[in-house]
Amino acid sequence: MSKWLNPRSAFGLTLIIVALLALPFVAALGGQAWVRILNFAILYVFLALGLNIVVGFAGLLDLGYIAFYAVGAYTYALLASPHFGLHWPFWVILPCGAAIACFFGVILGSPTLKLRGDYLAIVTLGFGEIVRIFMNNLNAPINITNGAQGITLIDPVAIGDLRFSTTTHILGVSLSGPQKYYYLLLALAILVIVINLRLQNSRIGRAWQAIREDEIAAKAVGINTRNLKLLAFAMGASFGGVAGGVFSAMQGFVSPESFSLIESIMILAMVVLGGMGHIPGVILGAVLLSILPEALRYGVGPIQMAVFGKMLVDPESLRMLIFGLALVLVMRFKPAGLWPSPERKRAAPAAGASHG
Amino acid sequence: MLEVTGLRVAYGGIQAVRSITFHVNQGEMVALIGANGAGKTSTLKAIARVLDAAGGDVHFCGEKITRVPPHAMISKGLALVPEGRGVFPRLSVAENLAMGAFVRHDKAVINDDLERIYGYFPRLKEREKQLAGTLSGGEQQMLAIGRALMGRPKMLLLDEPSMGLAPLMVNKIFEVIRAVAATGMTVLLIEQNARLALQSSQRGYVMESGEITLTGASASLLDDPKVRAAYLGE
Repeated sequence: MSKWLNPRSAFGLTLIIVALLALPFVAALGGQAWVRILNFAILYVFLALGLNIVVGFAGLLDLGYIAFYAVGAYTYALLASPHFGLHWPFWVILPCGAAIACFFGVILGSPTLKLRGDYLAIVTLGFGEIVRIFMNNLNAPINITNGAQGITLIDPVAIGDLRFSTTTHILGVSLSGPQKYYYLLLALAILVIVINLRLQNSRIGRAWQAIREDEIAAKAVGINTRNLKLLAFAMGASFGGVAGGVFSAMQGFVSPESFSLIESIMILAMVVLGGMGHIPGVILGAVLLSILPEALRYGVGPIQMAVFGKMLVDPESLRMLIFGLALVLVMRFKPAGLWPSPERKRAAPAAGASHG
Repeated sequence: MLEVTGLRVAYGGIQAVRSITFHVNQGEMVALIGANGAGKTSTLKAIARVLDAAGGDVHFCGEKITRVPPHAMISKGLALVPEGRGVFPRLSVAENLAMGAFVRHDKAVINDDLERIYGYFPRLKEREKQLAGTLSGGEQQMLAIGRALMGRPKMLLLDEPSMGLAPLMVNKIFEVIRAVAATGMTVLLIEQNARLALQSSQRGYVMESGEITLTGASASLLDDPKVRAAYLGE
């Protein structure tokens, strides 16, 4: 921590904090839609860092991460909407969502303890789909999730009289709903970053690294691999649950559609593209992959109209094209990610040799 | 110190180890030799509990350890150096060695032990900051042994330390193993390189298709015509 104390770092840190605090006002100049895009970027940072614990630290390839996000989102939706007539405050529901998602994390973790790599990926992928299909069909015989129609009119976050759905004026500054969510998300994201940083250099973090590197050797040096793998699943899932809750409140609406396999893959891509196991890299990956598609959506259409006078390529399909190309290029030229940890960078050229 | 009675290991329906019984006395180096697929590694893995035995008992220092979870072994004093070295490739040499002391909390003594191990393997000291995955095979084997010693075990289980190494490096590794044994460490050594294993150890067991077929003092096994024909290429 001492590196934060030298004056240059302190100055840099202050600059970052000021920039982050001012960002929603700058974005609002381009319309509230941009603030919402920012919010989703932070939400994805949150999710990606949660998944990073499982995939990056412990090396467990989880393709069903979105299931925990779904569990958190539905927990919030059911406890704060007219659907059951419950309207609990968000600070009660978020921990509930985290706990329930954590429970599901352990449920997924325990039968998969002996699986690794591709086999684990297949099982987790199946788990993600099972959760989504349950959400889709739990409307009969008892209507729990309202099926494919989803749950609407979910309560926004509210602290006392400060409702996050409306614009408020504080000290002459008008703060829109999305801007308020921005600060809430920022606070949560900083919390998850701090937890990630602390974990990385802890005894638990080192044990996870050892499991990732060689499980038998990890056992031989005295690491309880079973408990630590479960812990990784549980912690990752809890973060997913919290993110889901905030998503639910922010959108006011959830349906199973939001929790498809492609979302899991997207979050995994953020982790891999940025630099697996390296916190700044994962943040970069999440921000890039969540903002770029939106920038494309807003940029490509008007540019085409201006240059060609008509729409030649649908921005939506272009998005997947560019996304795929970007992934291929990164894997070809920066296999350890855009911003890998220093160790991985050193290891990358020798990675092929070391397994021989 | 280590007593194995009627140990059996099976993969599905296939018996890899068929009820073997042997023991290792305190301070002794015992070699378990045999051809590829004789069941040596399965035996060792079952003792270290990385693998579940199908039957039989293992006692260590008088205590039954047949149901002890694998991660508790090092605290009991039993350290496994896995087959194929099993270092943590993307951790540095120093981090690998520190991992070996994962279950210990006596920081001051850990540092002394680290210096002692660097004394055995000056090469590791030179490459302290290097990633383990970038070391040569021999250096990785040194690191794996060093890491096991960092747990302050009473006994070492070595799984094919010579595997895939250049002859010169094999000699160097065995020099260290003998030096460690000379400090009073109990060692169970599994080897395909029968000559070197028998030259270094006091007693030996010969394994064939999951059974122990011969046993005796290493020196007499070296002279045994059957062993000479089957394992020493004479």
